[in-house]
Order: sequence, then structure tokens, then C-alpha cells
Amino acid sequence: MSQHIQQAPFPGVFYRRPSPDADPFVEPGSSVDVNTTIGLLEVMKQFVEVKAEAAGKVQEVRADDEQVLEAGDDILVIDTSGEGA
Amino acid sequence: MNGRLLIANRGEIAVRIVRAAHELGLTSIVVHSEADTESLAVQLADEAVCIGPAQAAKSYLNIDAILTAARDSHADAVHPGYGFLSENAEFARRVEAAGMVFVGPDAGLIERMGNKSEARATAMAAGVPVVPGSPGPVVGIDEATSVAGDVGYPLLIKAAAGGGGRGIRTARNESELREQLPLAQAEARAAFGDDSVYLERYIERARHIEVQILADGERAVHLFERECSLQRRRQKVFEEAPSPALSEQARQQLCESAVALAEHVGYRAAGTLEYLYDDDSGEFFFIEMNTRIQVEHPVTEMITGIDLVREMIRIALGQGLSLQQADIQRRGWAVEMRLNAEDPDKGFFPSPGRVEKLIWPTGPGIRIDSLLYEGYRMPPYYDSMVAKLIVWDETREAALKRAARALDEFCLEGFTTTAGLHRRLLDDPAIQRGDFHTGSLEVWLETQSQALSQAQSQPRSSSVEEAS
Repeated sequence: MSQHIQQAPFPGVFYRRPSPDADPFVEPGSSVDVNTTIGLLEVMKQFVEVKAEAAGKVQEVRADDEQVLEAGDDILVIDTSGEGA
Repeated sequence: MNGRLLIANRGEIAVRIVRAAHELGLTSIVVHSEADTESLAVQLADEAVCIGPAQAAKSYLNIDAILTAARDSHADAVHPGYGFLSENAEFARRVEAAGMVFVGPDAGLIERMGNKSEARATAMAAGVPVVPGSPGPVVGIDEATSVAGDVGYPLLIKAAAGGGGRGIRTARNESELREQLPLAQAEARAAFGDDSVYLERYIERARHIEVQILADGERAVHLFERECSLQRRRQKVFEEAPSPALSEQARQQLCESAVALAEHVGYRAAGTLEYLYDDDSGEFFFIEMNTRIQVEHPVTEMITGIDLVREMIRIALGQGLSLQQADIQRRGWAVEMRLNAEDPDKGFFPSPGRVEKLIWPTGPGIRIDSLLYEGYRMPPYYDSMVAKLIVWDETREAALKRAARALDEFCLEGFTTTAGLHRRLLDDPAIQRGDFHTGSLEVWLETQSQALSQAQSQPRSSSVEEAS
């Protein structure tokens, strides 16, 4: 099974939801394409959408909502084995 | 009173307040988050107390944690700085209820001036002109269109509880008003917990000019005005004092109206009254009052020689206002350039990092208010402003030349800042003439980025005048 481990591109606070009351952008099992928004990263009061870097199924979400991430910390794991199938 | 001042803020303003405290012979106590243990303010302060995790909501905005730190450290007074809890009436009230002095006006005044529609009504009662608009909050669309009929388009729909440029929408005609009003109300409810909005005429080519005041509850004095028209997304970028737009007569009227309003409400603290100034008609209109020290206060200090932070602490400690209006003279010209850790060539994307090398400009007329030092790693959780470069000289022309000289000396390695943007602004003929309004900078930036993408290798030149 091939995987893509997506990491934080820069340090910041990670948000799994578009707003506190909303559902998470993705859950384990969600299908994502390249450019599907998987979360928000807040850096210096600016919110940046984090886009999936690979197409596939979300296998595991490793970053919690509101977790402080350093650049290179894992956000989630995408199972890319079904890609193009 | 043991002379212990707790500083409930971070960054350059915490450093600024620590310095004032030490000059007044007070013990400085800085609260900080887990992300700020290495901050310059923590290093310079006499004492430091960690109050919680990196996220501001859990530290710098956590009233309980700050009050606990204040009590445990036996603070006599609390200075809120700007931003965070500085205009939070509940915080002011709870500091006072805990038997400490809040360095700012009382909670009731923060509430009154913090609510934009109430502030507006107060200004009208004090005889200060306000931007034509609805007398109070508007509820339904019928009321809104009726107000629009009197005031005329274009209009701004403003959240009564908004501020700092947030919670504002524009409507250029009735159909836009019908569309935008419910959105503005929903947005205001979500952002501020209060869906009150009011309408104001949108003056498109206005300057933003503000008046600094100091008051002790009985008497108020003004320290002249600051010109803050150069803004991006309603955030100030470059400020100066005095304003190049005002005649002596206009200056006097504007400043006296600010004193009248402060005395009308029995204001007791440092404060700033913001106005829109219409270059063409010479009219000015009060827009809001900030009941705290402001980022750009140093330009006022540079032209008056008066230390505003020390004065506001003295007033809060009950020492009254030592200054008479006639004591306050202005001399020369001062500009402030906000250096943000953002890359202007990449849409102002934040660029946090570690300070690898840092050389500040020095020499005559230069002042740096900053949180940086060599080796400092900037946390990514807070505002991107890392320094204010403040320059004074005898005339505006000389101050702009000195500012360019200062920027040429400045060297920072490790991340990108907006210093290069300021250097380009100083070369612009319209900036040099003082010919701009609150919309000018965004047009200038747009022109610059188009020029940059069209001709990467060719020298760029553009001006506000060409662009507008």
C-alpha cells in the first residue's frame, strides 16, 4: 500500500474545522483530491488553507484540532494506492 | 503601594512599557505565554510569570490567568498595552475589583467609547462633527433604506461592536444595501456576539488623522495629530506627525474638538480620537476613540518630547496631569515605519523565522521600538509586526531623507520584512508631496505588483498619482 504523509509546510496552529461549530474538513476515510482543503494553518494571525498534496483516501489524521505544529510535523496520512483505479 | 507594575502584553509594546516602568522607578512584571519565554520583554523585565499556552485565547486573553499572576506577584497596577485585553471593559473592571489600578480609563468609559454607535452619539453631544449616517443601530432593511435616502450612497455598514477595521461592508446602491445588510448583521453576531450595525457615508478620498490626548478626569490636553492614511486592509503601515494636510487653523479646530470630547466624558487616561479628514472640503468627522496607548504613539513623542507611556502610568497612579496645554509645543517632523515579518512580494505572506543577523540603523534622529535580538526565534502565533523604525528631523523633507538613510543601514537576515516596501514608498513622488488618502497605498501596491510581474528585470517606477 502506498502512502503520502502530509506535513506542515510552515509552523502555526492547525485547525481541522472551518469554524468551531463546523464539521472537520476531512475524517479518516474521506476521499481527497490534490487541492482538497484538509485544514487551516494559522500563522501570525493569517489563516492559510492547507491543501491535500496527493489524491486518495485519508487513512489517519495525526494533527489535532488547534494543535501547535512546527514545520515538518505530520498532519495526516493519505492512502494513495487506489489512485487512478 | 509598592510600585509594582504588571504588563499584560507581549512584543515591542511590552518592552516599551518595561522601559517606562524602570524610568519611573517601578518594578516591572511581564506575563508571557509558553511561546514567549525567550522574549526580549521577559529578559528586560524585573520579573516574568508564565500564564499559559501559546494560543492568545489561553494566555494573553485569559483574564483569570492574568489576574492570578497579578495577585501572586503582588502587582499594584496593570498595564494592558494595545490589542489583547486593552479595550476589554470586563478586564478593566476585574483588575480594579481585585484592588489594583488599571492603566487606562474606567470600565464604563471603555464600554461607552468601545461601542461605535454610542461613541458617535457621545461625540455629537460634545459638539464634535461625525460622519453623516444613522443616528443609532439600524435593524430592518426599511429603516436602512430610509437612512440611505437621507445620507446618500456609497455607504459603509459597520458593526457597532467592531474595531480595528473589522466588521465593515460597503454598499454602493440600494440593491447592494439589501444584499449586504443581513450579511453584515450575521457577521457582526458571529464575530462580536452583537448583531447591531449602523450606517455611515463612505468618504472615499479621506485622510485618516487622529489626535492624541492625555486627561486626568477633570482636564484634558492634546498632543497634536498623527497622519495615518497609508493603510493596507485598514491596517496602518506608515504614520507621521504632524499631518502634511492640515493648515494651522484646521489643526487647532481638530485638536480642540478632541479635548472637548475628552473633557465632556471626564476621560482619565491616554487616548486617541480618530477622524476622517476631507482634503477637498476641509471638513473633519470623528469616527472612533481608542481608549489605550496606540502602536504609532512614538511619532507624537518625537515631535513633542513628551513620554506618553510614562504620563499615562502617572495619571493612573493618581498623580494627575502635570502638563498645561501651553507646555506642549511641537518641533520638527516624525515618521514611523512598521516593519512586519511579511513578504510584500508574496502577497504579504507571513515569514516567521530566526534572526540570524541584525544591525539597527543608528545616528541622529533614529528610534527603534522592537522585540527582536540576534538569535531570537519568532513564534508564529502572534502579530507579524516585529519593529517600528521611527525617524525625526527638522522638516518633513529631511525626515523622509533620514528615513531612507536609516532603511539603507538596516540589516536583518533570517526572514523577510516590509522594510523594502518602505524604502520604495519613500522614493515615491506622491508620498514625498504628502499627497495621499486612505485608499492610496492599496492602489500603489497593486500597481507595483503588476509592474513587477510584467517586467521582472526592468527597473520599476510608479506613483500614487499615476495609479489613481
